[in-house]
Amino acid sequence: MEHLRSVNDLVIRFANVNGTGSASANNMFAKAVFRMGIPVSPKNIFPSNIQGLPTWYEVRINEKGYLGRREGVDVMVCVNPQSLPRDVASVKKGGYFIYDNTKRLHPEYIREDIHYIGVPMTGLTMQHYNEPRQRQLFKNVIYVGALSALLDIEMEVLHGIIADQFRGKEKLIAPNLKALDLGYQHAKNNYACPLEVRLERRDHVKDCILIDGNTACGLGAVYGGATVAPWYPITPSTSLVDAFEKYARKFRIDPETKKKRYAVIQAEDELAAMGMVIGAAWNGARAFTATSGPGVSLMSEFLGLAYFAEIPVVLVNVQRGGPSTGMPTRTQQPDILSSAYASHGDTRHVLLFPSNPKECFEHTAMALDLANRLQTPVIVMSDLDLGMNDHMSPPLSWDDSRKYDMGKVLSADDLEQIEQFGRYLDVDGDGITYRTLPGTHPTKGAFFTRGTSKDEYARYTEAGDAYVRNVDRLLKKFKTSAKLVPPPELYQKKNHSKHGVIFFGTTTYAALEALDLLKEQGLEMDALRLAAYPFNEAVSEFIDEHEKVFVIEQNRDGQMRTLLINELEVFPKKLIPVLNYDGMPITADRIEQLILQSFPEEKMEVHVQNGMN
Amino acid sequence: MTYIKPKFRHPELPKNDLGYVKSDYEGAISTLCAGCGHDSISAAIVQSCFELSIEPHRLAKLSGIGCSSKTPTYFLSNSHGFNSVHGRMPSIATGANMANRDLIYLGVSGDGDSASIGMGQFVHAIRKNVNMVYIVMNNGCYGLTKGQNSATTDLGGFSKAGGLNHYPAIDLVSLAIEMGATFVGRSFSGDKNQLVPMIKAAIAHQGFALLDVVSPCVTFNNKAESTKSYDYVRAHLEATSTIDYVPEKEEITVSYEAGMSALVEMHDGSVIQLHKLAPNWDPRDRFSAVRRLQKAQANGEVLTGLLYIDPESKDMHELEQTVDVPLNSLREAELCPGSSVLERVNAEFR
Ligand SMILES: Cc1ncc(C[n+]2csc(CCOP(=O)(O)OP(=O)(O)O)c2C)c(N)n1
Ligand code: SF4
Ligand SMILES: [Mg+2]
Repeated sequence: MEHLRSVNDLVIRFANVNGTGSASANNMFAKAVFRMGIPVSPKNIFPSNIQGLPTWYEVRINEKGYLGRREGVDVMVCVNPQSLPRDVASVKKGGYFIYDNTKRLHPEYIREDIHYIGVPMTGLTMQHYNEPRQRQLFKNVIYVGALSALLDIEMEVLHGIIADQFRGKEKLIAPNLKALDLGYQHAKNNYACPLEVRLERRDHVKDCILIDGNTACGLGAVYGGATVAPWYPITPSTSLVDAFEKYARKFRIDPETKKKRYAVIQAEDELAAMGMVIGAAWNGARAFTATSGPGVSLMSEFLGLAYFAEIPVVLVNVQRGGPSTGMPTRTQQPDILSSAYASHGDTRHVLLFPSNPKECFEHTAMALDLANRLQTPVIVMSDLDLGMNDHMSPPLSWDDSRKYDMGKVLSADDLEQIEQFGRYLDVDGDGITYRTLPGTHPTKGAFFTRGTSKDEYARYTEAGDAYVRNVDRLLKKFKTSAKLVPPPELYQKKNHSKHGVIFFGTTTYAALEALDLLKEQGLEMDALRLAAYPFNEAVSEFIDEHEKVFVIEQNRDGQMRTLLINELEVFPKKLIPVLNYDGMPITADRIEQLILQSFPEEKMEVHVQNGMN
Repeated sequence: MTYIKPKFRHPELPKNDLGYVKSDYEGAISTLCAGCGHDSISAAIVQSCFELSIEPHRLAKLSGIGCSSKTPTYFLSNSHGFNSVHGRMPSIATGANMANRDLIYLGVSGDGDSASIGMGQFVHAIRKNVNMVYIVMNNGCYGLTKGQNSATTDLGGFSKAGGLNHYPAIDLVSLAIEMGATFVGRSFSGDKNQLVPMIKAAIAHQGFALLDVVSPCVTFNNKAESTKSYDYVRAHLEATSTIDYVPEKEEITVSYEAGMSALVEMHDGSVIQLHKLAPNWDPRDRFSAVRRLQKAQANGEVLTGLLYIDPESKDMHELEQTVDVPLNSLREAELCPGSSVLERVNAEFR
């Protein structure tokens, strides 16, 4: 029978039951690979349910550093009888199926073209542990032990992880080590270890960290100086606010009084969450909230208010599959348009597109500065894949000399110098006007904030010309923001191909891998990664300089493509959508196939052209 | 359009402790219908703030949408104001209060704004005990959209635009007491003597202070049968008590006969002095307040006065254990853990 063979290049999938403690064992596995210096990319595939339904944890291990998802399972660890039929079927030819053989496998599930490795996980726990909860938990650790033998994971690395995990709870260490050993010994004694698919220590991880985007965003909000964080629970954004609170509790307690230098408020809904952000930001606090699609829909009216009344709010939109409740535990990038143009009337909002945890951290902190500088909503566009899965990322960094930008806020002294304060008077010509905070000066600088039309002095008006002056200034401000948001990343010094690709956010991993795959086939393309909306000039130049531009994204309608067409007045035919919207992160293979489909004959020509360069 | 009043000051006008005259607390000229109850409430707000010598810039006024929500333009022009969106003022006030606990927050709303579209936010602000004064200018109809029935319109009431109302009215004060409000009062826009001390006491209260003020809409809901009309309220007004509000620094000079008055000491040392009219009225007793309100309702009376107060009330900042200084005053040194801490955080993820 055929054997899959590889070193440091595999996809392993764990099939578990929700709520059985498998998550920590699976994390231990991923971390062990990471600590062996091999790039790793784990993904949780979970149902919208708390207990009892199938969940999967899929880890791609790839020493070249490709971190996008890849189709096909090389090694399956199945501890869930419920999903077993599906799990057997999903293993690649020549791959390995590791299962609990305490009970015999039904002959129906025996495939001729894959290898079966039985580990009596339940049996071993029954023999060695007494409490039912322990038996359930250690079943998971046993398969990690078995994998250690089968894939050649260094045992000391696993011991180190357990020691870290149970620091302060030392008496839990020994039973964990025992479970590891049980699995290890069983595999060693019954199978030829390691398998042909295996691991080997490398030095490819360097100083990277393995962290999820929501934690990084939460940390970004702590470092960025957010003090008021109202929110309403929704997957996949909940863990972001949890992370903010966790680190705020650690780092933001007044040492003397033990009181909090922050407030996390669970609001009654997303409307109220956004209302509280607006109130706090209007009053000079750095405030943010996080939500997902349904929450953004509810916040729409308020986002319009913040846009029109010019209030610095920050929102992290951890996108998930829509419309409506959609696929609440699956990933997509489906809120590009609804975020960019949220609310009625002519509105446009600044969007940031982080593509890894380091950028989650930076963009969240930056959003607090940008919102205050621009006095407008800034929306950080994360997604479920980025937010809830661990990603290998460069370490987070902070410049201690960095000052928080509070934007154009007048002090009492400033007000003394001014003849007449005009809240909406464009003094600097950049469309950004000066504001005052409540409580600043006894007789100067008070004004009325409103969602209705006003003149330069914040007076209510229904005069058409004043309205037009105001909304035109808002447009000017939006143009100013294009210069302040992070520029796109270009992957070549000079364009050298006829065709280009554009991508952003979590699509980046798969897109970069696809570019390499295409290059191997002779199709070399220039690439640009969007980091923000509004688009700056580099984006229109890139599009102008290419014949065809593929826009890769994860939604049905090609929303980023639409936004590019709408904002840059690009000829629509020139932008070719490359889409994935089944709720799973996009793969390089899919991108490659879709791009190749787009010009079958031309491929050779391009090949020749590149061959000459 | 908003009309700005000419600033003219008579030298002999009475001044408060800060040296301000009453007109320093006024706003732009009202554009509401002549005789609108809302204007009387605005005047009472001006009077209260003047008498309390509030520094105008230490107060922030917030509102939703409606004729009532327009009124913040017509008082306290030296205070920052926020005319937000329909029914959502409570959340904005909550956020503002979280950002700066040192200011006074005065929210103004209507019965449509609070009892319908904003009901969720209204009860949750009560539940959180946000430290603010919350005035509902209750006219039993939607004034601004031309007189439709509201959720406080009387059952069986008939309005110009809403027609016959089939649904029971929501009683905001009963609801607020039920929701755990720590200061609940009701008054009438035409009864300045009762309203002014009540606003003053509400400002002194540490927590959410609801004032449900019956405020006739002369244009759409002032028929004699309506419990929100001038005629009806004048004829059926029953006060639980009349009150005086005495700021901390003033000595209480007038004393009332035993059994006729009660003193309620507030958080900040100021005192509310109640002159009891209703027998056995104790505004600190939630249950008797609820019972008395139900009785009044059954009798068709409009029960006014300070209905309930919890002088020990803990506001949201106390509940959340936030620092004593305003959160908006904190800067990098207090907020940012710095790069060396971040290095340690990174290490946890390796
Ligand atoms: C989302 C939304 N829906 C509807 C309206 C229209 N609207 C404006 S004011 C109002 C009712 C106001 O009634 P109330 O709060 O009782 O104020 P009043 O005018 O009676 O003082 C309505 C329905 C709006 N502004 N926003
Ligand atoms: S319509 Fe009614 S509530 Fe509105 S201003 Fe006129 S009288 Fe007042
Ligand atoms: Mg009304």
